[in-house]
Amino acid sequence: MNPAMTLAAGEASEHRPLIISLFAVFVLATLVITVWAGRQTKDAADFYAGGRQFTGFQNGLAVSGDYMSAASFLGIAGAIALFGYDGFLYSIGFLVAWLVALLLVAEPLRNSGRYTMGDVLAYRMRQRPVRTAAGTSTIVVSIFYLLAQMAGAGVLVSLLLGITSDAGKVGIVALVGVLMIVYVTIGGMKGTTWVQMVKAVLLIAGALLITFLVLLKFDFNVSDLLGSAADNSGKHSAFLEPGLKYGIDSTTKLDFLSLGIALVLGTAGLPHILIRFYTVPTAKAARKSVNWAIGIIGVFYLMTIALGFGAAALIKPDEIIASNKAGNTAAPLLALHLGGVDSTWGAILLASISAVAFATILAVVAGLTLASSSSFAHDIYANVIKKGQATEKQEVRAARYATVLIGIVSIGLGALARDLNVAGLVALAFAVAASANLPTILYSLFWKRFTTQGALWSIYGGLVTAVGLVLFSPVVSGKPTSMFPDVDFHWFPLENPGLISIPVGFLLGWLGTVLSKEEPNTAKYAELEVRSLTGTGAH
Amino acid sequence: MQASAEFRELRHAHRSFAFPLTIAFVAWYLLYVLLSNYAGDFMGTKLFGNINVALVLGLAQFLTTFLIAWWYSRHAATKLDPKAEAIKSRMEGGA
Repeated sequence: MNPAMTLAAGEASEHRPLIISLFAVFVLATLVITVWAGRQTKDAADFYAGGRQFTGFQNGLAVSGDYMSAASFLGIAGAIALFGYDGFLYSIGFLVAWLVALLLVAEPLRNSGRYTMGDVLAYRMRQRPVRTAAGTSTIVVSIFYLLAQMAGAGVLVSLLLGITSDAGKVGIVALVGVLMIVYVTIGGMKGTTWVQMVKAVLLIAGALLITFLVLLKFDFNVSDLLGSAADNSGKHSAFLEPGLKYGIDSTTKLDFLSLGIALVLGTAGLPHILIRFYTVPTAKAARKSVNWAIGIIGVFYLMTIALGFGAAALIKPDEIIASNKAGNTAAPLLALHLGGVDSTWGAILLASISAVAFATILAVVAGLTLASSSSFAHDIYANVIKKGQATEKQEVRAARYATVLIGIVSIGLGALARDLNVAGLVALAFAVAASANLPTILYSLFWKRFTTQGALWSIYGGLVTAVGLVLFSPVVSGKPTSMFPDVDFHWFPLENPGLISIPVGFLLGWLGTVLSKEEPNTAKYAELEVRSLTGTGAH
Repeated sequence: MQASAEFRELRHAHRSFAFPLTIAFVAWYLLYVLLSNYAGDFMGTKLFGNINVALVLGLAQFLTTFLIAWWYSRHAATKLDPKAEAIKSRMEGGA
């Protein structure tokens, strides 16, 4: 029996009580926060935007919490541990992307919107069609992202609790789903924001601890760490160079380019990140949050070097793969090895790091659910179905029902995505966000002529292209690592659709505008322009 | 207000800073991605110990991100905020 199997079946389960109690402490603490926040949530601005009373630093921390998902922690560490340098590209793309948010999106969005991304997109357009489109793409992007988090949860559990039965995994996914429903329906944005902050602190602390222990093992000599990783991986210096995962042939190289573009353009189109900017009082505070987020996230991604290469240096590649095909368990395994496989210290480390990973998943899942249910209630229910006639109370009630529904859907989908690399799945969500949301956001804010038709073509065109290409890509069928490995209906060669779908989104936005018969609403654009840059009349 | 010289100045101060800078960092990032893809030998050149060009360029992306964030924030605080606040207080007070 290989070590990872014994780990799953034996040693880890001995420490099950410890792991479960650490996890329970986190859940309990966050539930207390949620109930406390729920008591203060009175009107719609509280539910959607946490009352807009958070400081730039608090929101920066919460943004980091929302952003550093299981993909960052488990996925990137795993990708680096298996593919070396190629995994590190995720870290770089995920970080550089924040500059788009900082320079072009965060401040104008804060000034011109109220609760959702749709607020900004529909500002000078015909409300109902554009809000329907914005709501649809918000929900699709969030569900892609949720899938990744659920996959991460399932993976962790099978490693930690020795649960290998499908029923057990589904049970855990369901537990995550139920908790997220509770966080969001009771705590709203205020509760979710505090949960994000707690989680961000825990995640940074956990990553710092592991980084410190890895560096200690190598006397703080990064070159030695990299050298051991290269040797232990069996790939030698190629492990430290680009190309192990993506350099195989011209198709994989295009895939790498596609991934790179999706990562850098996706962030500023992620609804659950965008709505965070409504939790602060001013655009200046929104800028401050992004700056804090860049600092915190940057430091965290630097540590992924130590986490990923540390795992590669200290654990045999076979063991990582045996534990999870996509490498998602490399970080917790690293914690176990750093403490000593048979020692209590090792068990404590494994348990703590796993609890942190659970916390990460729960918090991100809550943020995603809030984004999609807000958009459903505010964009689709209040402004499309009720034509702007819904009371605040009805709107918030609709958001709570939507939360329950989305929770159930994501529990259902969660089980399907178990063996895909979590970072890869999130990259798909980024590609969809960059194709469907970013073009319309940028055109809306900066292009005078942009029309409703342009917005609709861009959102639906980007969305359908991105999702369609994924559906017919090797991610879904045709390869042993696919979601459905036994059937093959793939014809699109790349795993990430961004290279095609992002230009399509931008192009359709332009084409839809120049071909549309309606005159752009220039008066409304003038208002939007002044408001977005100065904050005049901002909520 | 949108047509006023004061507002046009503010818009110019934002766009003439943010747009070129966005193009620059996206180009710099794409250059890095393309080098990783098509210049493997160059990226694999060892500089000292096991530290190669690829790692140094990757870390340089971190560094430039931090620098651009700092630079933009300074620009915004000195060039944009005073103008924006003047316009806002006039519109909300006078109009």
